[in-house]
Amino acid sequence: MKKRRANWPRLSLRAGALGYLALLIVVPVGSVFYRAFQHGAAAAWDAITTTDALHALVLTLVVAGIAVPLDTVFGVGVALILARHRFPGAWLLDALVDIPLALSPVVVGLALVLVYGHTGWFGNWLAARGITVIFSVPGIVMASAVVALPYVVREVLPVLQEIGTEQEQAARTLGAGRVAVFRRITLPSIQRGLAYGMTLTTARVLGEFGAVAIVSGAILGRTQTLTLFISSSIENLDPVGAYTGSVILALIALAVLGLLALTSPRERRSRWPSRSPGSPSASAPLSPSTA
Amino acid sequence: MTLEVPERSLTALLGPSGGGKSTLLRVIAGLETPDTGTVEIDGEDLTGVPVRKRGIGFCFQHYAPFRHLTVRRNVAFGLEVRRLGKAEVRAKVDELLDLVKLTAFADRYPSQLSGGQRQRMALARALAIEPRVLLLDEPFGALDAQVRKQLRGWLRDLHSKINVTTVLVTHDQEEAMEVADRLAIINDGRLEQVGAPAHIYDHPANEFVLKFLGPATELDGTWVRPHDLVLHRGPKAPGGRRATVERVTHLGFEVRVDLRLPAGGDVWVQLHRGSAAELHLAPGDQVWVSPSGTATARVPVPPASPLAVG
Repeated sequence: MKKRRANWPRLSLRAGALGYLALLIVVPVGSVFYRAFQHGAAAAWDAITTTDALHALVLTLVVAGIAVPLDTVFGVGVALILARHRFPGAWLLDALVDIPLALSPVVVGLALVLVYGHTGWFGNWLAARGITVIFSVPGIVMASAVVALPYVVREVLPVLQEIGTEQEQAARTLGAGRVAVFRRITLPSIQRGLAYGMTLTTARVLGEFGAVAIVSGAILGRTQTLTLFISSSIENLDPVGAYTGSVILALIALAVLGLLALTSPRERRSRWPSRSPGSPSASAPLSPSTA
Repeated sequence: MTLEVPERSLTALLGPSGGGKSTLLRVIAGLETPDTGTVEIDGEDLTGVPVRKRGIGFCFQHYAPFRHLTVRRNVAFGLEVRRLGKAEVRAKVDELLDLVKLTAFADRYPSQLSGGQRQRMALARALAIEPRVLLLDEPFGALDAQVRKQLRGWLRDLHSKINVTTVLVTHDQEEAMEVADRLAIINDGRLEQVGAPAHIYDHPANEFVLKFLGPATELDGTWVRPHDLVLHRGPKAPGGRRATVERVTHLGFEVRVDLRLPAGGDVWVQLHRGSAAELHLAPGDQVWVSPSGTATARVPVPPASPLAVG
């Protein structure tokens, strides 16, 4: 095998890419970590074990714990419908799924308030039955689910289209019912796309700020998620709280990405493809981004 | 159309692509619903029965292997769905893997198999549920010529060993004649003829069947097989026609002779190299051509359609 020497345009390209990432991600995120522990681990610990901080952490996990399964079930369902059925209006469903990507989260939040706020159409009806959506946890879950809705659909749909329906038909001839076909054939086939879609969804839900800020009212200790907690810490001139909150958020995100790496070990192993020009690069087309 | 498939037979649905053979197969399996008509096995009406309860083994043209499962788990699928005991499944799968000679590949994934191996895996998978009927959609269509030949013989042996009623779809007449003990010729959604391969070859019901199953040439307003024609230097046989040799082509053991009739029109004749050598044929020679006494495959040429004139 001939060893290829990196010439200067290659080198400068790499240096450029690394420098860009360093300036935009590594240095800023690193400095947040540095600032969080600047006054020692004890100060950081104190800052995140306040009631409000802990409450924000728990609320964030609860919201993710509800919104992500919702988006997953809905996403797989819509992907199955779009991949397997032809019906008039399919294009509309396809387009609607993407709206949360195109719309600013703030607009999403505002739209939810309009409909579910106590002066809104459904809000009125719900309030009469003692259910508060806006300025409450259901509203936060709803806003998070909406903004993160497209990811599972967009990751699963192409996989479904690629695998086709022959394997499922074969399973049916072998005696499998609908549930068995889904559990034994469909689900394992889309597993990788699904895992990636769920990771993106989780990352988005954890980090969502705009939509949640509008629907939650950011009531301290009640409707404050971690992102809202960080923002209010900055406003209240509590930098240690803000940095520590950020560190927690970053750690959760890293844990989610780590989980993804575990679910698809085969894809990740060859992150560094061999240099020989003939060898196909087996690295995943979807590399995790620190969203 | 009505098609009856005798028990334990190996029937080939043969016809040009797009003629409805695969659709018929999918209707039998229950993967497609017929607009009208019924599907019966052993006199039991299966038309409304869902796919999974029909007990039909189906091999897809591209085998539809479960890509995320090993060969062993692929074959075991139908048994696992039926909730058989682990030991029972294992014994049965081992037996099937041995039957299709894939024991050494049990722990591989389908992507690590060759086309022929995948085909055999699909067959073992379909046989695992002990189907009442085995359906094969273009079983050799996706394989290269060499492997195809091997698998034909292998499939015939397998059928005589396990003796399950089998229907296969193919557009390759040679393949159908070699593998099947019964042919059903299907064209354009119509059943043209059913019967034993040799019988259909020798007694085609119509022009389509005659031309689809083998070579055909036209003499005196009749389609005949070019190997059913004989040549003579003199007018020995009654009904012989004078013709001029246009060209003599040697194709290994056979010799193809192109003739021109004085009234216009071309005929070609297939001869064994021995009989061709005896005649010493050369272009320009005058010969007499007539159907041999044993020629049975004869179908009148239908009146020419207006489009063909010209």
